[in-house]
Amino acid sequence: MAVSSLAGIDEFQLVEQARKRDATAFNELVRRYEGKIFRLAQHVTQNREDAEDVLQETFLKAYEHLDQFKGDSKFYTWIVRIAVNQALMKLRRRKTDKSVSLDETIDTGEDTVTREVAAWDENPEQRFSREELGGILDSAIEGLEPLYRSVFVLRDIEELSTEETAEALGLSIPAVKSRLLRARLQLREKLTRFFKRKGDDAFAYM
Amino acid sequence: MLTCKDFLHELSEYLDETIDAELRAKLERHITECPNCWVIADTTRKTIKIYKGMEQCQIPADVESRLMKALEKKIAAKSH
Repeated sequence: MAVSSLAGIDEFQLVEQARKRDATAFNELVRRYEGKIFRLAQHVTQNREDAEDVLQETFLKAYEHLDQFKGDSKFYTWIVRIAVNQALMKLRRRKTDKSVSLDETIDTGEDTVTREVAAWDENPEQRFSREELGGILDSAIEGLEPLYRSVFVLRDIEELSTEETAEALGLSIPAVKSRLLRARLQLREKLTRFFKRKGDDAFAYM
Repeated sequence: MLTCKDFLHELSEYLDETIDAELRAKLERHITECPNCWVIADTTRKTIKIYKGMEQCQIPADVESRLMKALEKKIAAKSH
């Protein structure tokens, strides 16, 4: 791709040009966000093949519907919303996740899970190799409900604000906050099995 | 008096530092008196930190090239 001449151009201008069907401008937008969208799709679908489909569908849809992008939010937030919808649709098609929907009301009560309370070392992740750590972190995320997973990935991995996450997922701000809290606590619970300080091992059977 | 349940309810915003000073002071007092909540706050903070520190993987070249091909096709179809 010959994009170097566009690399410094701001996003607003690129979107304007892409709207006029300037393929080079659109390709530059793709280049800026493809890595993030692919990573996001992998986190939500937990499957590389599905993630690649989601990546393609996201940018094809974005190109197709560029005239519907109002410019009152960031382009990135807009494509994240497309990507999350595509990813959740993939999950819904899989038999194991029959009822994943953005609009679905799920129990967001505050009866949060804190069964295992054990202190960790300061940097417990250093006990593991990079591959082991990656495996631990991925499998912990995989164990979350897709909606908690999506909120956690957007807020704590992609580092979107609460407002941007709400917009991308079509959720209210309180819903984002309560799901984030639950996702964080559930991950904490799962990681405690690996990261708890040696010697405080009251749960060795787990 | 703040209960453990109240503390957990505010935990995310406490860790994100998006609460006012008065509430923050109450929460901090609670964790000096409640070892369980201290551990939960500390390990949740570490959980977030570990995920934020995850390496960003580059998009694999084959995945990118298939994406670009699919886009080219789309763009060509749209311009006819």
